[in-house]
Amino acid sequence: MRVYLTAARLSFRRYITYRSAATAGAITNTAFGFIRAYILLAVWREKPHIGTYDAADAVTYVFLTQGLITPIGVFLGSTELGPRIRTGEVAVDLYRPCDFQLWFLATDLGRAVASLLLRTVPPVLVGALALPTRLPGDPRRWLEFGCCCAVALVISFSLRYLASLSGFWTLDERGTTSLLMVVSMFFSGMIVPLVVMPGWLGGLARVLPWSATLQVPIDVLLGKTTGGFADALVFQLAWAAALVALGRALTSAARHRTVVQGG
Amino acid sequence: MADADTDLRPRGAPATRPLPSPVAYLLLTRMWSRAAWQYRTSLLLTGTAQMLVTSLDLAALLVLYSQVTTLAGFTLPQTLYLYGTTRLAFALSDVVASGVETLSDAIRLGTFDVMLIRPVGTLAQVLSDQFTPKRLGKLVPSSATLVWAIYALPITWTPLKGAVCAGTVLCGTVIYCALWVITGSISFVATDARETANVITYGGELVTEFPFAIYQRSLALILTFAIPLAFITWQPSLYVLGRSDPFGLPAFLHFAAPAVAALLCALAAFVWRAAVRRYRSTGS
Repeated sequence: MRVYLTAARLSFRRYITYRSAATAGAITNTAFGFIRAYILLAVWREKPHIGTYDAADAVTYVFLTQGLITPIGVFLGSTELGPRIRTGEVAVDLYRPCDFQLWFLATDLGRAVASLLLRTVPPVLVGALALPTRLPGDPRRWLEFGCCCAVALVISFSLRYLASLSGFWTLDERGTTSLLMVVSMFFSGMIVPLVVMPGWLGGLARVLPWSATLQVPIDVLLGKTTGGFADALVFQLAWAAALVALGRALTSAARHRTVVQGG
Repeated sequence: MADADTDLRPRGAPATRPLPSPVAYLLLTRMWSRAAWQYRTSLLLTGTAQMLVTSLDLAALLVLYSQVTTLAGFTLPQTLYLYGTTRLAFALSDVVASGVETLSDAIRLGTFDVMLIRPVGTLAQVLSDQFTPKRLGKLVPSSATLVWAIYALPITWTPLKGAVCAGTVLCGTVIYCALWVITGSISFVATDARETANVITYGGELVTEFPFAIYQRSLALILTFAIPLAFITWQPSLYVLGRSDPFGLPAFLHFAAPAVAALLCALAAFVWRAAVRRYRSTGS
């Protein structure tokens, strides 16, 4: 266990170092938040209630997603594993006397915590100051939100890990990871909130794993879930377990077919 | 990458004369395309991904319009026209100029120094850097959307409207290219601030996909006169769609896109030269 904590801590230190880059990123996230907020406000002006969301909820949603996009890794598509397969550095990773999948989860956790500290607060804070938003004051809601975000990261990581693993077969993971990024941007509710999606599309988006990465945690924070926190968490954990298991199966399959040149 | 070592000059050209930039650009683009073609599966997948990125954004627009019939008084075909023109212009500029996105890496890793000593213009090298044919994927859905919008719009086409429509895409492409270069130059000043450039480039694309009527008056004025994104499609499209400016700006602005494009190109050339002149290598 200690080795994974150390891996996470070192990864955290690596990512926390580039503060000016993170500042630039936070500014960018905030600016995009305003563009998206104006677009959604125009929609909500025509129709004041869509699903369970009113205009203030929609604006809050936009800035929360802008704050979480980097920590949760919605826009990443890949993990640190992907490029390492392409360059061959993965040979070192395969030699490590620890669990391959957990090692990369630990480094991704470090990355997520670092960008949570650097990039989440500015968009949410600026958005809340500039436009009417609705952030709850109840600390329990925030705690539940925190739990959901943690599981969301595991789900997001597992999806990106699966896409990265494809590099063992295709030699270049970038095709798979960019496809994943597209799907993830759309079905996580990053481009438009899932509440806006009509009929079968909305229904489909709700059951896919990507809804558990952004929409579900934010619904929990805003108190918009139908079944409450417990249902949301069960839904998330089910997807997390399934995807982690699939990752394990494919990792062992990849291990069996990989030949390290000169090793 | 093996091609990087071969002689890029056309046969018979004197060895001492640097290549003209457009020729160098095309040769470098061809070289990078051949490099990308070595990983065919990945190239086809990333090309498809690029196509889907654009299509999903369109899906998002349709999703929004599934809830409402008009957005700030603009119908779906009208917004699709704005979307199609700006997307197509952006996709074209992405093919030509988005290589500038790799500039910050080139500066950080010191490979920009290598570009400086080659007998080829720096801009041609930077723009063509890591060119990949996958970007062509973006052209498909954006052109399809534009065709769809033109088909669905109840417009009586005149030669002038047709010219303005074609000019919108052309000038839009040039404006985007200039914005790529201007914002890309930020890497010379602050290497790790590259992401802020996305606000103008990718953000500009997102802003111009929608009728400016949804923005506050102050923001719309900033986007017209300070950061002239309004001329990418909003202003000329008002003329094509036969609508008056909701912010009461004069009608001659509908036809100002070529002037804005020319101005931004001059600015881009100036910024680029100034930036390269003050460049200090980061290497040790």
